[in-house]
Amino acid sequence: MPQTTIGQVHPTSILFFVFFVLVTLGITYWAAKRTRTTKEFYAAGRSITGFQNGLALAGDYMSAASFLGIAGLVSTKGYDGLIYSVGWLVGWPIIAFLISEPLRNLGKYTFSDVVAYRLHQRPIRAAAAAGSLVTVLFYLIAQMVGAGTLVKLMFGLPYEAALVAVGALMIAYVLFGGMLATTWVQIIKAVLLLGGATILVFLTLNRVGFSYGDLFGQAEKMYTNKFLEPGGLVTSPLEAFSLGLALMFGTAGLPHILMRFYTVPDAKEARKSVFYATGFIGYFYILTVTIGFGAAVMVGQKVIMGIDKGGNMAGPLLAEALGGTIFLGFLAAVAFATILAVVAGLTLAGASALSHDLYVGVIRKGVANEKEEVRVAKIATVCLGIAAILLGILFKGQNVAFMVGLAFAVACSANFPALLLSIIWKKFTTAGAVASIFTGLILAVSLIILSPTVWVDVIHGAEKKAVETQVKDLETQSKAKIEGLEKQKVAGRPAVEIDAAIAAEKAQLEAAKKDANSRMPKAIFPMKNPAVISMGLAFVMGILVSLLKPDKAAEAKFEDEKIRTYIGVGAE
Amino acid sequence: MSSKKSAHEMLEDENFKSLARQKNTISWVLTIFELVLYFGFIALIAYNKPFLAQKLTEGKATTVGIPIAVGTIFFSWVFTGIYIWWANNKYDRMVKEVKDRIGG
Repeated sequence: MPQTTIGQVHPTSILFFVFFVLVTLGITYWAAKRTRTTKEFYAAGRSITGFQNGLALAGDYMSAASFLGIAGLVSTKGYDGLIYSVGWLVGWPIIAFLISEPLRNLGKYTFSDVVAYRLHQRPIRAAAAAGSLVTVLFYLIAQMVGAGTLVKLMFGLPYEAALVAVGALMIAYVLFGGMLATTWVQIIKAVLLLGGATILVFLTLNRVGFSYGDLFGQAEKMYTNKFLEPGGLVTSPLEAFSLGLALMFGTAGLPHILMRFYTVPDAKEARKSVFYATGFIGYFYILTVTIGFGAAVMVGQKVIMGIDKGGNMAGPLLAEALGGTIFLGFLAAVAFATILAVVAGLTLAGASALSHDLYVGVIRKGVANEKEEVRVAKIATVCLGIAAILLGILFKGQNVAFMVGLAFAVACSANFPALLLSIIWKKFTTAGAVASIFTGLILAVSLIILSPTVWVDVIHGAEKKAVETQVKDLETQSKAKIEGLEKQKVAGRPAVEIDAAIAAEKAQLEAAKKDANSRMPKAIFPMKNPAVISMGLAFVMGILVSLLKPDKAAEAKFEDEKIRTYIGVGAE
Repeated sequence: MSSKKSAHEMLEDENFKSLARQKNTISWVLTIFELVLYFGFIALIAYNKPFLAQKLTEGKATTVGIPIAVGTIFFSWVFTGIYIWWANNKYDRMVKEVKDRIGG
């Protein structure tokens, strides 16, 4: 096995990381003077350009999990990893065509501004805040647990210490620098991540004479042509369709992404920023997939999976193999910076749901002065930051991979249908919106808990493992028995008699296996991804409830909303 | 603004109507394109794996599925670009005309 220094503390990575922290804290200091009003705290004073926001959106979306995870998935599963990466991009055009401009024209700081535009404030704010907070919290837990594990894996730093460091820095960015600092942290991280990945791909392609054909040729030689074909990722068409829906429309319902559109001056810049973001993110996934294939060929699956079963270290290992420890150190620091930036964006989105939607919209019934709202937003930031650290510690060592899936399921079921209907449908009512949000939220969460991913793998994980071990034991025992019988054949016992004994043994094994498998825990809901049901019913409930009890006042206000949607008159 | 019309009058304005109609058409047509692009790709994986597993050229490793997957990413971006191009050039001009004419 080749030498790797992953897991040791590199002076270079510490150096790069300290530099990143110093620069970002400097920006936070600069931003702090420009973070006094709500418009500054939530929306960076609407001073961000479309191009900058495009980079920041990409920064928000390209998590360490997607960088390391997708490269890992490609290196271990080949083409299936590529399928997965495509799904992460296709939500962005939807945001461009249907969401970004109306969102910017109608709202102020959060997407619930849009849903509540012509409906009753309090119930809508409460429901939308619930949808936002659940999405943000699940995403945040997944990021925090990933952060602790990653830092431990790469730097050898204890898990808890890593979480406290990440938590403290993100609180500092958001608390003092608000959206302005968070945006610049995202931009810097996006540039570093895109730059680092580009260099790594350049080094990879340099090895194969800049020919993707040669890269795939070598991959095929090492892992057979199965590696370049779709495999087991997509089994049932319905399951694939459901996952596709969640990825596509979930992206358009992520509160921390939607919030970014309020940082630009107008709808035109908002729309441009989606184009830049889509380009950056698409480019990034193509880089990541290349890194995955490169790692499979130049590092080898055995080494990758020897360090981490999920393949998460494929990218760093490739960086070390091609660029030495200095480049590895750089990439490790970039991965850490990536986590920091993503959790900062999530914390800000969560804090605005708590302060702007829940506190001002629900508790104070929409009346609160600037100073008070900013103060509440800052308190919410600290509380969320601490909660993120504690939740990260609570879920230490747990399988949290399902939580990102859950966040997307909630985003596409609770947030997206209500947002879209409020923009395009005149007859949408308060009761309809609340019904839609809660239907999506409750169905998405409960169906995932009852699904194979959580019910079997997490809740009944021990039973599942016990059954699997039992089946394995039965197989080994039976194999030994059959081998013993085969030996008797050589020793001269009649073959017919032995074949009969072997057949009996095989039948017995099948029966015993069947018996063991009958104790295998079963999921109450059979699908891994509930989006097709939870999002579908959220739309149905939103429409049905609105039609059953029309709201003439809300319909009358639609004229105003429509003009503002299309030409931005009165937009903030 | 004294010349400002009521919301209702604005909605009845022919220019506004045409602007809203064009914007809706472009948005929904492109949305449908994107859905067909992505779910078409997913349908190929679900129903026709052998097609994606074919070699692009005989004797080479690259399968048909690879450019299709990368193409899905690329065309998603191109669709977004088409929309932005249309909106920057046509839509913004129509918005300006409506605003100038009826006072926004």
